[in-house]
Amino acid sequence: MSKPKVAFFDFTCCEGCQLDTLNIEGEALVDLLNAVDIVEFREVASEKADSYDIAFVEGSITRKSEIPRLKKIRERAKIVIALGACAHIGGVNCLKNHLAMDEALEIVYEERAEDYDTIPTRPIDAVIPVDYIVPGCPINTAELLRIVKELLLGKTPELPNCPVCVECKMAGNICVFELGRTCLGPVTRAGCNAICVTAGRHCWGCRGLVDDPNLDAQKDVLEKYGLSVEEVLEKFKIYNTCTTEANK
Amino acid sequence: MSSVHINVHHVTRVEGHGNIILNTNDGKIEQLRWEVPESPRFFEAILRGRHYDDVPHIASRICGICSIAHSTASILATEAALGIEVSEQTRLLRRLLFNAEILESHVLHAYCLAAPDFLGVGSVFPLVKTHKDVVLRAMRLKRLAYRLAEILAGRKTHPISLMVGGFAKLPDPDDLAAIKDALVESLADYDETVELFASLSFPDFERQTEYIALQDKDDYAFISGKIASSDSGTAPLSDYLDVTNEFCVPHSTAKYTKNNRDAYMVGALARFNLNYEQLHPRAKEAAAALGLQAPCHNPYLITAAQVVESVHATEDSILLIDKLLDRGLNEEPLPSKVNAGQGVGAVEAPRGILFHDYTYDENGILTKANCIIPTNQNHNNIQKDMEALVPSILNRSEDEIRQALEMLVRAYDPCISCSTHLLRVTFTKDASAGDSPHKSC
Repeated sequence: MSKPKVAFFDFTCCEGCQLDTLNIEGEALVDLLNAVDIVEFREVASEKADSYDIAFVEGSITRKSEIPRLKKIRERAKIVIALGACAHIGGVNCLKNHLAMDEALEIVYEERAEDYDTIPTRPIDAVIPVDYIVPGCPINTAELLRIVKELLLGKTPELPNCPVCVECKMAGNICVFELGRTCLGPVTRAGCNAICVTAGRHCWGCRGLVDDPNLDAQKDVLEKYGLSVEEVLEKFKIYNTCTTEANK
Repeated sequence: MSSVHINVHHVTRVEGHGNIILNTNDGKIEQLRWEVPESPRFFEAILRGRHYDDVPHIASRICGICSIAHSTASILATEAALGIEVSEQTRLLRRLLFNAEILESHVLHAYCLAAPDFLGVGSVFPLVKTHKDVVLRAMRLKRLAYRLAEILAGRKTHPISLMVGGFAKLPDPDDLAAIKDALVESLADYDETVELFASLSFPDFERQTEYIALQDKDDYAFISGKIASSDSGTAPLSDYLDVTNEFCVPHSTAKYTKNNRDAYMVGALARFNLNYEQLHPRAKEAAAALGLQAPCHNPYLITAAQVVESVHATEDSILLIDKLLDRGLNEEPLPSKVNAGQGVGAVEAPRGILFHDYTYDENGILTKANCIIPTNQNHNNIQKDMEALVPSILNRSEDEIRQALEMLVRAYDPCISCSTHLLRVTFTKDASAGDSPHKSC
């Protein structure tokens, strides 16, 4: 069997997730390159290809011209994987959706606004069907490797479906609410080992909502600790504006 | 003479999107342009209305490659605006963390983005077969830099513990001691790195320009000091707009800059040229081995200057860890009271000087932001280099000319994904590259 062809594509984003795919031990890279052919990866490679077994797509859709490009990738790829929060849920790019588009255009482009092509931020699954997701801002490289390995073994990769709190407790962290601060851990999908809380901060919700998030429980938690819903919603907006829009 | 038509759409092995266009007819250049069509992301607009605690977190996302630089500049601007003083311990930890980004970014660029051109391949991936030891060394050095950032800030891409006023969590002294040993060991890898890059034949091309970088009397500056120009001496950070003088060109969503001449350079070579004397002795030895002397006017040698800075950053990190372990690490309170105000933060991102300028209200809510990114400051210099280079190589084949231009762009290590997230970009239909600043910008 020939090696599966893997390609990486970037849309509107910071390209940090692509870069973190290279944050692996050298020997692991050697093993990976024995198992797959990386046929396109513009950020670090000049090679190009016409079809792919696995296409990783990083970044959100924020321009009309990005839509046909994304559709073409979908046509050429057997499997499309959203890489990182921008592709998965819009990421911080979605914050611009709180501005009226013409207001945003005017702030940035002034009298040439009409010459510029910008649309409200969308995650890629608002444009094409997506097979799998590697969540996070940035991605967890270990999770990416697990997903690739499972695909190579013919398994169906799955994401954890419990909130970050579960992993946070396992990491032995003091609950952020106990420290008098807000946290999005109770409604955010696990899989990051609660890295932000472990490093002294709170969960920002970058991995998106867990399935059927218990929003009432989150409100109860806020009430118990005397924190405001507005404050948590402000934090929630940073990554999950598109998610909320889709649920409306 | 025949004609040449080069159109490189989205140059590969750079971060972000840029195009090279060259058309010649009968030996005359009809069109030669470095174009930057990157999708803007409205960072200035989305930072407005955010609390200072969220601002560096969002600003970090301007760029995944230099997220520590954006976070640090954002924090420094915030602290300057809100009147927050930080401790010596925080300053030392920030310098150490910043070295992690310099090391990771320079190793990535020198080995993975620039070196394939010299070895005649399209990327680092085929080198795994032909030059396995070189690739493993690069990955080892990259991992070490990531590990250093992980110990200090939880991770390298979008650091977590780094925040306004200090660190949310202090590193474990045992981890610091262990990574110090690893850094000492890595010096052997850097010796081999110097040897490898000294063996490459960098294109021979020179164009004198103005160099701009931070300068600090105490050390080779990355996150402190004043703005220094090779033409006009130093200026306070608050004068950054007078130094950068942004202007617009029609073929770019990014703004261009100029100061005393028609263009200036920022980045590793600008720092090397301005601050050579403050390099660690081992880094000076590396420069000598690489044939690099300050001032150097060959932009292709930016990559060599990055190798020199990597040696310096490694030695500097070892000294910083010794100092931190000697002092002992102490928990420190974070600021609770803030004042309204405006402030500028500047750092030397791997690709050059980066400015964030914020205004906050009395509740610590951001009301105005402006960011000037290093690659934007280099766009105009890249254009001027191309204009100087092309006439001297027109006798070569189209492929060789294209290769020389791509290598020139890559030498600057442009980080275009972040270079356009600045704002109030307007287009002027009648302006062309190099024109005087346009009023509507």
